Amino acid sequence: MAVALVLVLIVVGSILFHLLSPWWWTPIASNWGYIDDTLVITFWITGFVFAAVILFMAYCVFRFRHREGQQAAYEPESRRLEGWLTIVTAIGVAAMLTPGLFVWHRFISVPADATEIEVVGQQWQWSFRLPGADGRLGTSDNRKVTPENPLGVNPDDPAGADDVVIQGGDLHLPEGKPVKVLLRSIDVLHDFYVPEFRAKMDLVPGSVTYFWFTPTQTGTFEVLCAELCGVGHNVMRGTVIVDTPDNYQAWLQGQPTFAQMTAQNQASAADQIKP
Amino acid sequence: MSVIVIFLTVIAGIAGWWLSQQRLMSKPWLEEGVIGPSFDTGTSLPSAKIGLAVFLAVVGCLFALLTSAYVMRMQLPDWQALPLPQLLWLNTGLLALSSIALHFAVLAARKGSMETVRLALVTGGLTALAFLFGQVVVCRELVAAGFFLSTNPANSFFYLLTGMHGLHILGGLFGLGRTTIRAWEEPKTERVRLGVELCAMYWHFLLLVWLGLLVLLAGWAGDFLEICRGLLN
Amino acid sequence: MVDITPRAVDAIPPAEVPEVELYHPRSWWTTYVFAQDAKVIAIQYACTALAIGLVALVLSWLMRLQLGFPDAFSFITPEAYYQFITMHGMIMVIYLLTALFLGGFGNYLIPLMVGARDMVFPYVNMLSYWIYLLAVLVLVTSFFAPGGPTGAGWTLYPPQAILSGTPGGQDWGIILMLSSLILFIIGFTMGGLNYVVTVLQGRTRGMTLMRLPLTVWGIFTATVMALLAFPALFVACVMMLFDRLLGTSFFMPAVVEMGTQLQHRGGSPLLFQHLFWFFGHPEVYIVALPAFGIVSDLISTHARKNIFGYRMMVWAIVGIGALSFVVWAHHMYVSGMNPYFGFFFATTTLIIAVPTAIKVYNWVLTLWRGDIHLTLPMLFALAFIVTFVNGGLTGLFLGNVVVDVPLSDTMFVVAHFHMVMGVAPILVVFGAIYHWYPKITGRMLNQTMGQFHFWVTFLGAYAIFFPMHYLGLVGVPRRYPELGQTAFIPDSVHTLNAFISIAALIVGFAQMVFLFNLIWSIRHGKEAGGNPWRATSLEWQTPHTPPRHGNWGKELPVVYRWAYDYSVPGAPQDFIPQNDPGTGRTAMGMA
Repeated sequence: MAVALVLVLIVVGSILFHLLSPWWWTPIASNWGYIDDTLVITFWITGFVFAAVILFMAYCVFRFRHREGQQAAYEPESRRLEGWLTIVTAIGVAAMLTPGLFVWHRFISVPADATEIEVVGQQWQWSFRLPGADGRLGTSDNRKVTPENPLGVNPDDPAGADDVVIQGGDLHLPEGKPVKVLLRSIDVLHDFYVPEFRAKMDLVPGSVTYFWFTPTQTGTFEVLCAELCGVGHNVMRGTVIVDTPDNYQAWLQGQPTFAQMTAQNQASAADQIKP
Repeated sequence: MSVIVIFLTVIAGIAGWWLSQQRLMSKPWLEEGVIGPSFDTGTSLPSAKIGLAVFLAVVGCLFALLTSAYVMRMQLPDWQALPLPQLLWLNTGLLALSSIALHFAVLAARKGSMETVRLALVTGGLTALAFLFGQVVVCRELVAAGFFLSTNPANSFFYLLTGMHGLHILGGLFGLGRTTIRAWEEPKTERVRLGVELCAMYWHFLLLVWLGLLVLLAGWAGDFLEICRGLLN
Repeated sequence: MVDITPRAVDAIPPAEVPEVELYHPRSWWTTYVFAQDAKVIAIQYACTALAIGLVALVLSWLMRLQLGFPDAFSFITPEAYYQFITMHGMIMVIYLLTALFLGGFGNYLIPLMVGARDMVFPYVNMLSYWIYLLAVLVLVTSFFAPGGPTGAGWTLYPPQAILSGTPGGQDWGIILMLSSLILFIIGFTMGGLNYVVTVLQGRTRGMTLMRLPLTVWGIFTATVMALLAFPALFVACVMMLFDRLLGTSFFMPAVVEMGTQLQHRGGSPLLFQHLFWFFGHPEVYIVALPAFGIVSDLISTHARKNIFGYRMMVWAIVGIGALSFVVWAHHMYVSGMNPYFGFFFATTTLIIAVPTAIKVYNWVLTLWRGDIHLTLPMLFALAFIVTFVNGGLTGLFLGNVVVDVPLSDTMFVVAHFHMVMGVAPILVVFGAIYHWYPKITGRMLNQTMGQFHFWVTFLGAYAIFFPMHYLGLVGVPRRYPELGQTAFIPDSVHTLNAFISIAALIVGFAQMVFLFNLIWSIRHGKEAGGNPWRATSLEWQTPHTPPRHGNWGKELPVVYRWAYDYSVPGAPQDFIPQNDPGTGRTAMGMA
């Protein structure tokens, strides 16, 4: 009796918690509303199954609890019932998987007009690199990392000369334009995670990974690291600021290029040697 | 990971074949009584053999995984295959000889000639020891030629694979040693037959593993993989 | 209709198995310490696993204290926090659950349930336990080593695991961890060979595979899987030890650590992840399948009804076991692997949900029209279904590749795997202990303490892990010792964290009551008799309780029926033991 009641209360309580609790995802700021939709479909289907199974169990516990003189029915199996349950389950699973795979296909198909930007992780800060006027990022190599060239940009690659390097600063992105985020790490695994964008991906040292999204809301968003990267994991924060296209251009003009930075570094190094 | 998946598919095939003999479709609630003699007590093979077979499946899994890792690592740009010393072929011959000797030991044990069993066991043990010694010499040669463990992943894998295989031979030598001692104490071959058969089984398997590793290390597997990849793309 | 004609009862000769070809212990040492009796080894395994599990429990308290009250405990530094989570995870998954289900329950139940005198290789079985103990001791040593235990997370992902930015990465922590795992795998392989070969070879007369209790099916399949999956962890550990100690570059790419160029180059961190999860995913089912099997038997026995759809249950166990080897990369959707793998692994992962769901339906359908005795084992079984269904369904979120993207590495994942492979299997462990304790000791566990333990554990664990999913939805990442000031995280999250921590402390306290009950009832529990639950399977039909060395006295039992003859119409009692020759049911008009 009490057990059946508790089982019912667990179902009711879980549903109420789901509906009434203040904890829900952050307002979306990218094109990945599809992911949210798939997630909601999954919530509906799984929520229904959870309630149905546990409530049925509660009914069984109540109805068939032991009483004097009661005997259990003898029923080794029922192929029909099992067959139907299998089919219904398979349909439910397909209903979740199919939209999931369609959205995944979108997720991994980067639009041709996406701007490439680079995110570089290291213990424990975020750096960014934007292509300059030529719209291309120069090559890079962890072996080329020095204090003056913290991202290991290849100085011999002309495509890299006009790249904008932002070390430890904020990343700006224009609203409404798809970006392909290239991810690179110079030490351990990290994960570029902005909850509002929904998309995320690991940074793997030794290779370049990627994902894409289109920012759809202007504003300031916090970047977290979502792959354990050592003791500073939780303080590895950064900021992404999504601007209107005009503001973005204004900001971009004010940033030094890799070539300018290198020249500046060499000049200051020379200054230090002189006296 | 394709190598290990193929390996496990084979294991799954064997397990599936065995399960298909076990009347999994029967309705046990309708059957009462002691069911027919063929289902009495598993198979007629001795438990030790089944145990060794299961263990060899685990060992096979281990080497299949190492091979998988080898193949995945090999595709990265810094891989530089190392030349195989000629001595390796002699070692392979020694190991094959060892396996053949143990096979003769099994035949002799079945026929009942204890003297031949003893001779074959000792031959098998000594050739296996010679193989191990040869492997050590190969490694020393390679190190002397500048192929250090950590200079290239191809070197690392070479030492890792040969070392892992050598350790398994070494473990087998303990079993072989015990069997040989028993063969000297026992006058009758029936008492040592099972032990001899187990040693031979283990030896044949390790020879097979070694040949597989050799194919991998010699780079022949690489050509094969190229063809596979061509087919996939 | 009847596949096999029952023979006349009188025609069946007694099992003429030679009395005992066993190693007979001669002294106290060889009886209780260096024992070769599977039952003693089982108890050794169980006690060691529970002892190291207690360490993991204390670590979880410390973690929860830090998460619930981030500023209150200055001694829990980020380093210490990472060490706590790593050791907690590794101990619970490997050293507690795997060892307890296979080494503990497997050793005790397999020989008894299949009607054998002992495992087939008792000496190897003994070695298995001692190597396991050594592995545990090496693990414990790392707590006292310079630099402390490793803080790399239980997944031990390189390069982080062996670099100085991680606690224990450049000290002894990671070396001891990897060595301990290697030892564990060697020890487990020895035990696992025994469990498999005993099921294959040791079954008594009449015990066909389709007459085995589902407990044996679960443990058997899980052991086969473990034997094939643990080598992947073994390979990963050996290769990482090479990288850490000998400077090789299996997993280590060119890395600039804190401004210094390291010697490694060209290695692939993803290679490690593939190897790790090739072990790690089957590992989930290595823990789950024994739990599935045991819970089937608990439900059937205490609902006085045969398990519904036995054949389907067996096929599902085998099917899940096989499928679980081709889903590993669903742990790696956002790892940067080839994104096209996502299609394959999402599909296989969701397919595995079908046989799993069938198992759940069959458990619930076993209750339908049953005669449900709400004993403690039954209560734990019901609680298992609730938590397993909950945790299994959230698995559909994480397995469905694109839904996993926002949720991966958040508290949603933590809540999911704790519900499905933490809480659910542990509830089965408890149910199983309440169920088989009378066989092991001859006495019942105390009911009052048991009821307290059940309700606090079940409701408390649900209160911990159900709301935790919603932290993940908000976006709270896992493995953060403290959230600090983060714009998108509302203050209510901190309140919820504090609530979860308090619930965790209470649940932890209830486990102390359970441990006390275990010890107290050995002397003070109610006498149980040989078969207190009126169960059918062979372990309840031993001539002595607790069973003696050799289990069966002079003659092995002969099996005449499957393990689920409960409430058979026309039978004098509501159960017929497996070794009861009976009267021939076909005569009673059974369909």
